[in-house]
Parts: sequence; C-alpha cells; structure tokens
Amino acid sequence: MITIHYFASVREAMARDREQLELPPGVTTVAGLVQHLGQQDARFARLAGGDNPLLVAVNQTIATPSQSLAADDEVAFFPPMTGG
Amino acid sequence: MISIQAEDFDLAHEYAALRVIAGDAGAIVTFSGLVREVYRAGEAITSLTLEHYPGMTEKRLAEIAAEANARWQLLATRIIHRVGRLQPQEQIVFVGTASAHRQDAFAACEYIMDFLKSEAPFWKKQETESGSHWVESRDADAEALVRWQRRDD
Repeated sequence: MITIHYFASVREAMARDREQLELPPGVTTVAGLVQHLGQQDARFARLAGGDNPLLVAVNQTIATPSQSLAADDEVAFFPPMTGG
Repeated sequence: MISIQAEDFDLAHEYAALRVIAGDAGAIVTFSGLVREVYRAGEAITSLTLEHYPGMTEKRLAEIAAEANARWQLLATRIIHRVGRLQPQEQIVFVGTASAHRQDAFAACEYIMDFLKSEAPFWKKQETESGSHWVESRDADAEALVRWQRRDD
C-alpha cells in the first residue's frame, strides 16, 4: 500500500488529509499516479491541471513526475511552501 | 538542533545555549521572524495558522543546516519554527548561527532563512474578519535561492 498525504490548500480541496491505496497495475511513476488519481477523483484532476503549481514529495523528499514509485512509498501533494 | 513547536521561544535562552554549544565562537548571529500585522483587501489579519508536514519538515531543515555547515565554518546552528495558530507580532521563526568570524555566521544565517522559506514544508493561512486565505509563495523568495546558486557559479 502506498500512503498519500495532502497538505494545506490541496488537503482542503481533496476534503481529506490522507489515503492509502494499492499501486494500480501499470502505475510505476509519479506521473502515472497523478494520472490515476485524476481519473479517480475530479477534484484531484482540477488540482493537477490547474494554474497553481502542485508539488509532490516521495518518501519526504521533493520528487519529479518521472520518479519511480515502489509498493510502500509515502507520497505527498501540496502547494508551494510558505514558511518563515 | 532543530525544533518544530507550538510554544513560543526565548531569545536570551537560545542565545545562551548557542554560546555554550559553540565554545570558542567569535560571532553569533540570531534572526527572529515575526508575524506581521498585514492587510488583505483592506482588512487586517486576525491570526496566522502554520501547517507543516511532520517528518519531512525536520528532514529538509536538517539538510539545509548541513548544506550551510558544508559552505561555511560553523560551530553551531539552531533552528526553531513555530506551528499552529499565531497572532500578529508573535515570534514565528528563529535561526541562530555561531562561527569564529562574523562573515560566516551572517552568511549562514541568511542562507538558512532563504531556503527555509521556500523549501521547508510549511504553509501559512491568514485569517481576517471575513474569512481565511492561504498565503501564496512569493517570487522574491524563489529569486533569493537563485542568488545563492549564482554565487556558486
């Protein structure tokens, strides 16, 4: 099972802070997961296709769309960070 | 040392602790960030709420501190970032650096703050009387990181 976390405006748009799912067959990268989640949930499709940047971390490190995923990875989606 | 906490921090206490850890430091630089009493569409903000990604926040801040230690000769670094609901004028972030000489302490403190703002997973939400809004990231913060990369070239 992969665990997906949503933070800040992404958490509010998804109406949940986390979910778990089996990595679907054929989904091997971050880009593949984004496509899968967009097909499952129109809210996610709007976030991924919108004007505001959507960032992703895999196992708590910022990742790119081409990064590969393993069965028990921790993935997180969030907007640009605004600390300090 | 890195702390993510809801509680406030005490500048004198943190400075004293840095002096002890840093031993023979010739310079200690401390930076404190405060919640500004900003206005949004003519309305003063009533509070600022900080959300973070537990685990990744500590991990990224530790990497930023390690990067600063690799670039400059530092004897100690300290980062405190508050989370939760804060009021205008409250302290929100502390960065302290100790070094033999002031140039390294100044540069490292600024470097840590610049990267903390754009690369540590914190998100700010402002509340006003009429609602709440997520703070958008600033181009100026991203440009600050580009300046550090140029210095490397």
